[in-house]
Amino acid sequence: MAEFWHDYIWPTLWIVIKIVAIILPILVAVAYLTFAERKIIGGMHRRKGPNVVGPFGLLQPLADGLKLFLKETVLPTRANPVVFFIAPMLTFSLALVAWAVIPFGDGLVLADINVGVLYLFAISSLGVYGIMMAGWASNSKYAFLGGLRSAAQMVSYEVSMGFIIITVLLCVGSLNLTEIVNAQKTVWFVIPLLPMAVIFFISTVAETNRHPFDLPEAEAELVGGFNVEYSAMPFALFFLGEYANMILMSGMTTVLFLGGWLPPFDIVPFTWIPGPVWFVLKISFLLFVFIWLRAAFPRYRYDQLMRLGWKVFLPISLAAVVIVGGVVVAFDIQSVLGAKG
Amino acid sequence: MNLISAGIRSFFLTELLSGMALTLRYMFKTPVTLNYPMEKGPLSPRFRGEHALRRYPNGEERCIACKLCEAICPAQAITIEAGPHEDDGSRRTTRYDLDMTKCIYCGFCEEACPVDAIVEGPNFEYATETREELMYDKQNLLANGERWETELAERLRRDAPYR
Repeated sequence: MAEFWHDYIWPTLWIVIKIVAIILPILVAVAYLTFAERKIIGGMHRRKGPNVVGPFGLLQPLADGLKLFLKETVLPTRANPVVFFIAPMLTFSLALVAWAVIPFGDGLVLADINVGVLYLFAISSLGVYGIMMAGWASNSKYAFLGGLRSAAQMVSYEVSMGFIIITVLLCVGSLNLTEIVNAQKTVWFVIPLLPMAVIFFISTVAETNRHPFDLPEAEAELVGGFNVEYSAMPFALFFLGEYANMILMSGMTTVLFLGGWLPPFDIVPFTWIPGPVWFVLKISFLLFVFIWLRAAFPRYRYDQLMRLGWKVFLPISLAAVVIVGGVVVAFDIQSVLGAKG
Repeated sequence: MNLISAGIRSFFLTELLSGMALTLRYMFKTPVTLNYPMEKGPLSPRFRGEHALRRYPNGEERCIACKLCEAICPAQAITIEAGPHEDDGSRRTTRYDLDMTKCIYCGFCEEACPVDAIVEGPNFEYATETREELMYDKQNLLANGERWETELAERLRRDAPYR
């Protein structure tokens, strides 16, 4: 019995504890991201943002959550009930599952697998199914159009994202996210690969359907897009999924280009601050940029969106793969960065 | 040449970045929001809000039932019936009904009144849950006059030089 406990039950429990320790802060962060978004956009409009519920409006996310929780879940008559309810769950759970491989600090990772980047990429690609299923199962023309747009958009931007990830991988020589971060000890990849980092970040904005690429939702034309027919908790799951995805994509950008948990300079006042704090700070900065973009830019037209994806980002990232690959081989970058040669 | 400069501008995202710089600058300006129910904006003495029927300082009704307001009202929101006062037999209104759902807040009644009896006051927070509550009669209007008399007198005094 003691052996059974030691070999099976305790490891399982330990994993569950670790999962909870990751998911709970993420859910809180998602709730407060919606609050931060409203506050920041309010500030940029010279408004105050929510300030009534609790001190400085800090309890607003809880009030919103409670409201959505207490509302009635409406199932449209012509909707496909099974797919209709699976879609939000899928979107939400995929946004959380991907966190398994994100390193929060040196060794602070749930699953330190060697194909971490592939795993992340695969999970984030699956995200489109939630939206497509929602658009199809709602059996409503607006939701359907939103779903179609979303599918085309996410597929387009994933292509260039994939190529940009390859440029990073070429520099590191490993798919393990911890090793990618460690390879940035000399210099964060955002400096040598600056154009790639910018394109990657813009692609993540498109991938998460955020402004100015929020065509799947497009309140003005599609009255809410793929999630028009959703209410109460299924809607909340979509909402949480979208914001969790924002955080995830910021985390991915941080790991690939901003040196993960590494401090900006390897000298004393910076090294006092622990790695996870740096990681969170970098993610917060990127999330601020996400929100900032929303406040600054109008929505893209659909053909412009496609042009940007296929005619601008794809050729640039393809060329980047060739150029970075050439430089890496010519100057033996991988051994310089200290990764396995 | 144009093509090159346009290309450089779009490659370095200069226009997008300047737009973002603008929104960032605005974030550090003070908000212009009023916390409405707690804070209120200034009102002009000519603001045309909820109506009131005023009295003289000795408590006598100002209205003499001349029906000028009823006649001028473009929305025909006012209904007046006149009769002798029960004490001194002077001409008074026996009925003064104002349909606030018809009123367009043009202020003509106030302009037409020779004795400053019907006035539009500073109050604009009188939303009700039913239409019926917005059919004001003489009692409502006189009560409004008592409630707002200080403000009404002050508004008339401040606006008098321009009349």
